[in-house]
Amino acid sequence: MKNLIALIPLLPLIGFLINGLGRKHLPKGVVGIIGSGTVLGSFIISLVIFLQGNFSATPIKYFDFINVGSLQIPFAFQVDQLSTLFLLIITGVGFLIHVYSTSYMHGEKREHFGRYFAYLNLFVFSMLLLVMGANYVIMFIGWEGVGLCSYLLIGYWFKNIDYTKAAKKAFVMNRIGDLGFLLAVFWIIAKIGSVQYEDVFTAASLDKLTPSDITGITLLLFLGATGKSAQIPLYTWLPDAMAGPTPVSALIHAATMVTAGIYMIARSNALFVNAQVTNTVIAIIGAATALLAATIALRQNDIKKVLAYSTVSQLGYMFLALGCGAYTAAVFHVMTHAFFKALLFLGSGSVIHAMSGQQDIRFMGGLKSKLKITYLTFFIGCLAIAGIPPFSGFFSKDAILLSAFEHDKFLYAIGLLTAALTAFYMFRLLFITFNGGFRGTEEQRHHVHESPAAMTLPLIVLAILSIVGGFVGVPEVFLHGGERLGEFLSPVIPTAHHTISHSTELMLMALTTVIAIVAIVIAWMRYRNYKEEQNGALGKLLQNKWYVDELYDSVVVKPINKLGVIANHYFERSGIDYLVNGVGRLVNYGGRQLRWMQSGQVGSYVLLMVISMVAFFFLQFFLRK
Amino acid sequence: MGITQILFWILAAASLLSALMVVISKSPVYSVIWLIVTFFTISAHYVLLNAQFLAVVNIIVYAGAIMVLFLFVIMLMNLNKETEPQKNRWLKLIGAVAGGCLLVVMVAALRDTDSRMAQLGSGNIGLIQNLGAVLFKEYVVPFEISSILFLSAMVGAVVIGKKEDSKVVDIAGDEAKRRVAEARESMGV
Amino acid sequence: MDIRYYIFLSLALFVIGIIGVLTRRNAIIVFMCIELMLNAVNLLLVAFSKMHHLAAGAANPTAGSEAQLFVFFIMVVAAAEVSVGLAIIVMLYRNTHSVDINFLNRLKH
Repeated sequence: MKNLIALIPLLPLIGFLINGLGRKHLPKGVVGIIGSGTVLGSFIISLVIFLQGNFSATPIKYFDFINVGSLQIPFAFQVDQLSTLFLLIITGVGFLIHVYSTSYMHGEKREHFGRYFAYLNLFVFSMLLLVMGANYVIMFIGWEGVGLCSYLLIGYWFKNIDYTKAAKKAFVMNRIGDLGFLLAVFWIIAKIGSVQYEDVFTAASLDKLTPSDITGITLLLFLGATGKSAQIPLYTWLPDAMAGPTPVSALIHAATMVTAGIYMIARSNALFVNAQVTNTVIAIIGAATALLAATIALRQNDIKKVLAYSTVSQLGYMFLALGCGAYTAAVFHVMTHAFFKALLFLGSGSVIHAMSGQQDIRFMGGLKSKLKITYLTFFIGCLAIAGIPPFSGFFSKDAILLSAFEHDKFLYAIGLLTAALTAFYMFRLLFITFNGGFRGTEEQRHHVHESPAAMTLPLIVLAILSIVGGFVGVPEVFLHGGERLGEFLSPVIPTAHHTISHSTELMLMALTTVIAIVAIVIAWMRYRNYKEEQNGALGKLLQNKWYVDELYDSVVVKPINKLGVIANHYFERSGIDYLVNGVGRLVNYGGRQLRWMQSGQVGSYVLLMVISMVAFFFLQFFLRK
Repeated sequence: MGITQILFWILAAASLLSALMVVISKSPVYSVIWLIVTFFTISAHYVLLNAQFLAVVNIIVYAGAIMVLFLFVIMLMNLNKETEPQKNRWLKLIGAVAGGCLLVVMVAALRDTDSRMAQLGSGNIGLIQNLGAVLFKEYVVPFEISSILFLSAMVGAVVIGKKEDSKVVDIAGDEAKRRVAEARESMGV
Repeated sequence: MDIRYYIFLSLALFVIGIIGVLTRRNAIIVFMCIELMLNAVNLLLVAFSKMHHLAAGAANPTAGSEAQLFVFFIMVVAAAEVSVGLAIIVMLYRNTHSVDINFLNRLKH
């Protein structure tokens, strides 16, 4: 069992090594098989572990990682219900996306194809480390690893300077969050003296923390989560991260990596339940992010940008759930979101593939008849994200809204509004892309074709998962003995009991559904036949993403640049440079002045010797007495 | 003040004077001669200290062998000129001052050492038979090793002094053969 | 005789040797000055030997003989040194037609 568990992350690592080292020699087929096969292996092992069902919170220790004084950090994995669920999502969705990639990336050169799969495998490895680690340090290793892979994959087409800039932006933004995470870990070490989950989450350890400690630690952890999971104020990197290949967006920037923050907070729920301030902050930031990103998504014309903002918005939803204490709901939404968002991204990839790289939906349209499978699966994805029953998104979103309603009515209202907006912009995207007349070039019209099976099969599987994935968490209202997910996770995450009556719950569900359907109808009426939109003031504001990037640019980047220029000019040039050059010049000058001493003539050396002998004896006999 | 003390002072003055003359003399040959005088006065000091073995060895080795070597070299190279290129005047002055400083410092430092007597004229450790006994009993290994030192110095001197060009040796050989042939001819053989 | 007189005499001879080394450019004279310095040391050693002999008295009749043997070995080394040193000077003369030590400035390079 121990070795089997170790194999889960090891397989992708081996795949990474083979693909990375042999990228110039291996044919594409072999690379694809190794890349997908290793992840499939991990998935099968995860499935076996899941089906065996003997989870335990005791960590499985492999070796001592850090052993300094009283601080002991073993390299250990913890395979309990929560991590198993994430394992299944990561390896399952990851495998589908790997298969999809073998076809999507087929146009790349052999070397770059191998590089792509090496990065992808490395990402899966890091992500698995992140969720399997039995302490914060292992989690942090994975956390940094996924950040690195995200950077590498966003900048995969590194010859395009904008893409590398996007990668840099993602990396820097993530670093800000990582700093918070790191400080939180230090704080935990300082107060508790251990980073093992089993030690930290015990009542005895938690007693050592004062309320301000808990607030500080959880706020710092949340800062880490905002970086990785793209929340206000650090969300702007995610839309730019769409510079990477579409399967990467699906895997990293929709299904897995960006949910790391949710995993981390769900994992640390024992800390967070006692931190009221932090929970309020999380809920507010989550709701605000959800609304803000949803409004921006209304007026985006890049198919991937819409999905990116939708991802940010959905992540905001999850944080809203976390802030309301509904950890199960958040994890549930992570799962369903992984299904339908991966599906939507892969569908968009299929569309982009068919349109020979065109990403602007204004130049698409009428693809319904040509891309039947893509259209159908995309449609299912849209229904799922819009929260139409009985698709998966309905159940998870409903669970979140329910807990928000319980917690705070205002937050619920924001959530509801966001749900309506979500339905609206997703169907706007769908209608503009697939309905109406074709608006691309003649060349593209001839080129448009359905994608090969390697791409459509993952779409179909994910579509099925998007339909049925929600049934693991059917609420009590519909089915006695529902909430199976909550029950499954209950050893790790204490189950929250709803205090709301069933009739209220049903009413809320009906409200959500009606609002979503109304939004869809409005979208149908407006965008069935797409015409150029006239942007009002608000539209312009939305199209430019509330000018947040510009705001950051002028508030953070420019002053720092200015500071840099000033520092460069005054401290570097006239301070440090001057000093350093001065030392150099002094040595140079001294050397030139002392050159006569090294005449090379024996006589002068003897003279110096005698003089120093005099000095030595003088010191010896007269001064040391 | 006994006769030995008077002798000491006279000898001291003589050795200092002759040592100074070594340095001052313009011609290398004079320097060598003055150095030989210095060695003789030092040998006389040895005699005064009743170190007769060393006195004899000093004369044989230094005044005899070594100084003769010096003279040979000077004469072989025909260096008996008084036109030695002079050092920079300042450097000379500085050298002299530095040496003088050393003397002053050392004398000042050792001025108030304990006054202890050195045995003059008596005591027989310096006699050949006593020194020889010690030398060949306790110091026989260093003594033998010194012979190796001599051997290596000899080899070294030959190697360094040899003309680097091997052709020269051959020419010399040819020259000798030619001369032999000429001599035979003249003798009518 | 007071040992200090021997010390001062030796020092004076030694310093004269040093001054010779510092002020002369003729390699042979420099070399002779070095011999002078060696002799100054020898004289001092012998004087010390006799001083120790007197101090030890009848208790140790061979006291001080080591110093005289030391002088003997110094002479040995000096003789070897002279033979090699003069060979070097001869070679120097052969190559440069001068015995000026200022030509020996290859250490600069």
